[in-house]
Amino acid sequence: MTDLVIIGGGPAGMSAAVAAYESGIRDILILERDENLGGILQQCIHNGFGLHKFGEELTGPEYAWRYEKKVRELGIPFKLNTMVLDITEDRVITATSSEEGVFQIQAKAIILAMGCRERSKGALNIAGTRPAGIYSAGTAQKYVNRKGYMPGKNVVILGSGDIGLIMARRMTLEGASVKAVCELMPYSGGLARNIEQCLHDFNIPLKLSTTVVEIHGKDRVTGVTIAAVDERRRPIPETREYIPCDTLLLSVGLIPENELSKSAGISLDRITGGAEVDQDRQTSVEGIFACGNVLHVHDLVDYVSEEAEIAGRSAAEYIKGAKPGDESVRITTDGKVRYTVPQRVTADKAVNVYFRVADVYKNVTIQVYRDGEPVYAKKKARVAPGEMETLRIGEDIIKGAKELKLGLEVSGQ
Amino acid sequence: MYDVAVIGAGVTGGMIARKLSSYNLTICLLEKENDVAMGATRANSAIVHAGFDAEEGTLKAKLNVKGSEMMKQVTDELGVKYKNNGSLVIGFNAEDRAVLEGLLERGRKNGVRDLRIIEKEELGRIEPNISKNVICALYAPTGAIVCPYDLAIAAIGNAMDNGVKLKLNFEVTGIKKTEEGYEISSGEEKISARYIVNAAGLYADAIAAMAGDTSLRIRPRRGEYILLDKECGGLVTHTIFRTPSKMGKGILVTPTVDGNLLTGPTSVDMEEKEDKATTPEGFARIIKEACENVDGIPFNKTITSFCGLRAVGNTGDFIINTPLEGFVNVAGIESPGLSASPAIAEYVAQLLEEQGLALSAKMDYDPYRKSMHAFREASIEEKNALIRKDRTYGKIVCRCEGVTEGEILEAIRTNPKPSDLDGVKRRTRAQMGRCQGGFCGPYIVELLARELGIPYDKVTKSGGDSYINIGETKEDR
Ligand SMILES: Cc1cc2nc3c(=O)[nH]c(=O)nc-3n(C[C@H](O)[C@H](O)[C@H](O)COP(=O)(O)OP(=O)(O)OC[C@H]3O[C@@H](n4cnc5c(N)ncnc54)[C@H](O)[C@@H]3O)c2cc1C
Repeated sequence: MTDLVIIGGGPAGMSAAVAAYESGIRDILILERDENLGGILQQCIHNGFGLHKFGEELTGPEYAWRYEKKVRELGIPFKLNTMVLDITEDRVITATSSEEGVFQIQAKAIILAMGCRERSKGALNIAGTRPAGIYSAGTAQKYVNRKGYMPGKNVVILGSGDIGLIMARRMTLEGASVKAVCELMPYSGGLARNIEQCLHDFNIPLKLSTTVVEIHGKDRVTGVTIAAVDERRRPIPETREYIPCDTLLLSVGLIPENELSKSAGISLDRITGGAEVDQDRQTSVEGIFACGNVLHVHDLVDYVSEEAEIAGRSAAEYIKGAKPGDESVRITTDGKVRYTVPQRVTADKAVNVYFRVADVYKNVTIQVYRDGEPVYAKKKARVAPGEMETLRIGEDIIKGAKELKLGLEVSGQ
Repeated sequence: MYDVAVIGAGVTGGMIARKLSSYNLTICLLEKENDVAMGATRANSAIVHAGFDAEEGTLKAKLNVKGSEMMKQVTDELGVKYKNNGSLVIGFNAEDRAVLEGLLERGRKNGVRDLRIIEKEELGRIEPNISKNVICALYAPTGAIVCPYDLAIAAIGNAMDNGVKLKLNFEVTGIKKTEEGYEISSGEEKISARYIVNAAGLYADAIAAMAGDTSLRIRPRRGEYILLDKECGGLVTHTIFRTPSKMGKGILVTPTVDGNLLTGPTSVDMEEKEDKATTPEGFARIIKEACENVDGIPFNKTITSFCGLRAVGNTGDFIINTPLEGFVNVAGIESPGLSASPAIAEYVAQLLEEQGLALSAKMDYDPYRKSMHAFREASIEEKNALIRKDRTYGKIVCRCEGVTEGEILEAIRTNPKPSDLDGVKRRTRAQMGRCQGGFCGPYIVELLARELGIPYDKVTKSGGDSYINIGETKEDR
């Protein structure tokens, strides 16, 4: 029996481990499938990490190292090259590694911190051939940053997610020519600062409301056909344009990796793709918590750490005997607000609610409704799907509420 | 001088080579691509048809029914996954019912066992997600599914273990009659053989013409598919066909042996034999018809789409003949070619014997091949015993499909040895899951480079110039 098993040794898993340790739990084990801690941050060698958390600009590996150092100093055990194959509702974990073979652990509490994966080409049903030269942006990032190889020279990028934007800059710096970044939506899904620093500064065109409709080439990509899309996101044939290139990078969204959560019977939020949690980040299965990109996709690692600390502390409390509250207040949304995390509240205390909006809106009022009545409002000049928002809901609002709802009032476009 | 040269390493050529390897013969299998099973065998519906489609008396009918009956044993010997899931041809109206009754009749004449028509109520019980608009179905309990490239790879691996020489990247460009048989060239390279079996799929007409037989014409017909995540594989348990009409056989919905859900194929005549592009029209048609057949297919769970080309001959039937001395055509092997393949191999052996080839059984012929899925299917104890001996079996490389480094290395070292990423994918399923190789691709490139002793950036996706990387980054230079 182990008190706390944390699945995933990225920033979420490490922050959660440190927080649980600081809350008095000693019997902790981090399981990580990669050969080192740090998760996807290891290949994010650009800077921009840690502005909120540490007030300085760190690279991905530097940010990860801050936590890894902590983990090592505190002597928190971790197993690398260890892949979790299954977890059950009763918190039995089955894992495998070269050292130990297939083994099982019974945990008092589990924190899920497995991160997310990139949406692949297959899911897009792009017509044409299937040659070499099509990669998700993160895979290309791995080739360039970790392996030291160039996946191509003339590049088109589909999707303006942050990894795609970062790779547009990275490939350019490595001597490749990035012809265009095409984005299906009328706005970019990436951070404003990345569009500025990764595209504008390098004169890389961002083509909004545009998609790749066909891939050409037999052995290697020889070109792609792009086209503008109408309001219903259907390609407009007259706008078809052929761009010669040898590489197509995809940055078309991240998907929380919840195969293990499903095996444990945890209920998932259809919109986030992650578990439904309460303010403690406890899932629908008692004793199993979730944090980081496996819960919902974050744009800044600083928020991941923050969320993981909550999960770490709560798991520690749970191990010490705290039970989840049984009365729960749901937080619903009006559609303009797409989702919130947490999705429900079980305790009468103030809670920070993280949320994303469905579209780009200007001059908005973020409204909190309590049992249908507006009880709190906050103005904002601009909100966008690519930027996560946060709002603190006070104890006075939560106390005695049956339902909470988050919405947007839009006064201008 | 080989006794027999088999041209084309698809499931047809592969099964023939395996059959011939059970006799005292020297055999070579010639393939133009960088791997085996790269033609129609790579991309098809993967159905072992029961045998009610083809007209009575045709080779298609005879070899299909026989091949389908042999398939269970063949797949057992070769360690290939096979599932006898049964198939259903669904009817929406009285007109369809009449066609189904015709098929029932034809199937019985062809010798298909246990065929019957079932009504809506029974259908709803055995297949609850079938469309509510379906009124009846032809039920074929002998219908089955198999993984076609797994079958071809295993057959060829087994043939090689029994002495067959496989020559990849050997595109036959010329055939010359000699005194003792034939001289076959691929550019400058030449080999000679007493007998030739032409199983070159789409190019069987060109091969035949090289030898002097100009009677064949093979046209490509495109078939596109959409493959869905394993989450969806349980939506149906049988293979669901539509009633055939003037428009063809229509879009089917079937589970695969690996638990995915497969929908397709379209059917469009083409000019170009290399054009394996998918089209937006194809996707639209698949989605529309599949949703008419089965309720609630979650196309947002698509993991990939692909296209296969049928090799349509000019007679309507399989063309298996000996137009020239010592030269056997095995052409026009469109559907149900996969199902028929074990029977085709026996038939071809017989034709060769009629042509004077002596077939004497080889004493040390071993029909068995170790299953490449053995590790996956082992118990925890068995797995741990193996991991203690070889640690690489404890390391998962492909997370989505749960494939270990040990399994990948084993595949790279087993006949027919793959030398590119797609080859590893077809043998191990690594890169075939929902992330499509996003995570494990770079590591498999490393394993291949190491095992093949080539630089990292010389590893290809599927041979030729399909390099994954085009060179090193600036900093490392
Ligand atoms: C869309 C589609 C759906 C199908 N569905 C089914 C089904 O559900 N059930 C079923 O039973 N059958 C089905 N089939 C049919 C089945 O796939 C084929 O019958 C079978 O794969 C044919 O195998 P083959 O070896 O004859 O041809 P191929 O697999 O095409 O092999 C021919 C080989 O010859 C090689 N070659 C060609 N020219 C040369 C040359 N000059 N030199 C050297 N090598 C050469 C090619 O590279 C290729 O590897 C389907 C086919 C298609 C396309």
